[in-house]
Amino acid sequence: MSTRIYKGHPGPGIKVTGEALVASDNFSARYDLDLVKGIVSRPAHKLVGQSYVGKILILNIAKGGVASAWMLRDMVQSGRTPKALILNFANPIMAQGAAFADLPLIDRFEVDITTVIKSGEMVTVDPEAGTLTVGS
Amino acid sequence: MKLDDHQKAMLAGAEGRARQYAMEQILKVGRFFDAEDCVPISQVHLMADPEALGPSGVDFLESLAQLPLADRRVRVPSITDPRGVDFNTYKRLGQTERMADLERRATAAFEALGFMMTNTCINYQSVIPPVLGEHLAFGDTGSSIYANSVLGARTNFEGGPSALAAALTGVTPRYGYHLDSYRRGQTHFEVTTRPRDLAEWGALGGLVGRAMRSYWEVPVLSGIKGPVTSDEIKQFGAALASFGSTPLFHMIGITPEAPDLKAVFDGPVPAATPLGRAEIDRLMASYRPKDDKLDVVVFAAPQLSLFEMRTLADHLDGRRIHKDVALLATTSPDIKSAADRMGITASIESAGGMVLSGVCFYQMYARDIGEANGWKRLMSNSAKLVNILGGYGYEPVLDSMAACVESAVAGRIVGASA
Repeated sequence: MSTRIYKGHPGPGIKVTGEALVASDNFSARYDLDLVKGIVSRPAHKLVGQSYVGKILILNIAKGGVASAWMLRDMVQSGRTPKALILNFANPIMAQGAAFADLPLIDRFEVDITTVIKSGEMVTVDPEAGTLTVGS
Repeated sequence: MKLDDHQKAMLAGAEGRARQYAMEQILKVGRFFDAEDCVPISQVHLMADPEALGPSGVDFLESLAQLPLADRRVRVPSITDPRGVDFNTYKRLGQTERMADLERRATAAFEALGFMMTNTCINYQSVIPPVLGEHLAFGDTGSSIYANSVLGARTNFEGGPSALAAALTGVTPRYGYHLDSYRRGQTHFEVTTRPRDLAEWGALGGLVGRAMRSYWEVPVLSGIKGPVTSDEIKQFGAALASFGSTPLFHMIGITPEAPDLKAVFDGPVPAATPLGRAEIDRLMASYRPKDDKLDVVVFAAPQLSLFEMRTLADHLDGRRIHKDVALLATTSPDIKSAADRMGITASIESAGGMVLSGVCFYQMYARDIGEANGWKRLMSNSAKLVNILGGYGYEPVLDSMAACVESAVAGRIVGASA
């Protein structure tokens, strides 16, 4: 199986590997997630009802309020957390929240990252290098 | 990222663990956005309600609060966004002692750090409005977009951990909206109608917000004739920042960095997307309910100004809210105190409404409150609120304050939304 590598902007967190959960929708921890159940809860979201726990969560743009900056750390410490957050464009709130939580985060790829990776693919996230590696 | 000697000393821990954490946070975020250095800020507005903090966030704050005084006190005036519990009303709303305890602990920790507990998201109306060119670290998105756009001050969205870092050091990474180059217009909308009430101003903001592709896109609106009030542009901006994630807009002839189209765009003025009556009506209609059932009416997000409180009291004058419907209005402790003194609170309460102080509906465990009270169908004149609550198990309806009050009195949804 061939390996695909996508280059984005380096971010916080350590190197992790996991199964991708992908949608072209946007992302807000406060507006889109049920943090207790560990599922996407916003009715209009394509991933509604799906668990993000242990997944490499790949979405389009960070949206919405500032609460996510605190919530990501609580999410990580509760254990009901994605392994990494991958976005086409993070906003400062996601960057601040990921920095505070030590949640791996990469954004600003050369391609639309939500169109080149499919849910279920195994992905390695290296925040220090800013790379996403699919396959092995 | 360049740090001066003082910042390097704080990073090395020379001024205690709190300021060391703060510089680490500043450095991580600054590097992510390729900031060259830090910029001194003059005030901090911190968003940290207990629902967002969670137990781990409160533990973290308490670990800073027990440090020696010299190591823990904030270095610039620092104020707070709405809290999650109003101790005068929380039992009536079905909030739990666990929520109240978390709130007490968080508040005690913030006070130990030297925060002034203003508990408001309308600090630009009720505390100290920033001025043109002033660098800030503001938390709440509505507060940030107002400060950037309407007042010409300069802030990114500073989530709690970063606003706290700014408070402890007096600086924040210099990136994004602190820089001239990021404040230039990019996308052009021509508004061909005049919103008729605050709900429609919010709807217009929602339309622009939905069209935004990222935090970095700056929308420019032309075509809005005549003066705009603080409450109108507050609803517009709050909705824009909620539907999108954008902290700055320019409104030609109205906001200070936008005297005309040429002043805000680099190069030729881009073709405008028209936004008119049909688009506003369509957004309002997208929140139209399938029947006329009504559980709760909420005026919040942003907290009400003194003028909005007066208008609400006038709508409710001599009326009685239906026994099966709750009506809540949230405002800041300072505005509440003024409203108490002026008889405004009494007017709202004598009609059967509740005035909540220092909280905002979506920041006070809205999901749990809804379940505790059996509230599902919610009506509001805030586009921001209806946008948020869709993810919280509510069926929100957006209409004018007048229609919301008429519906609360009738006990069912009446007016355009019926």
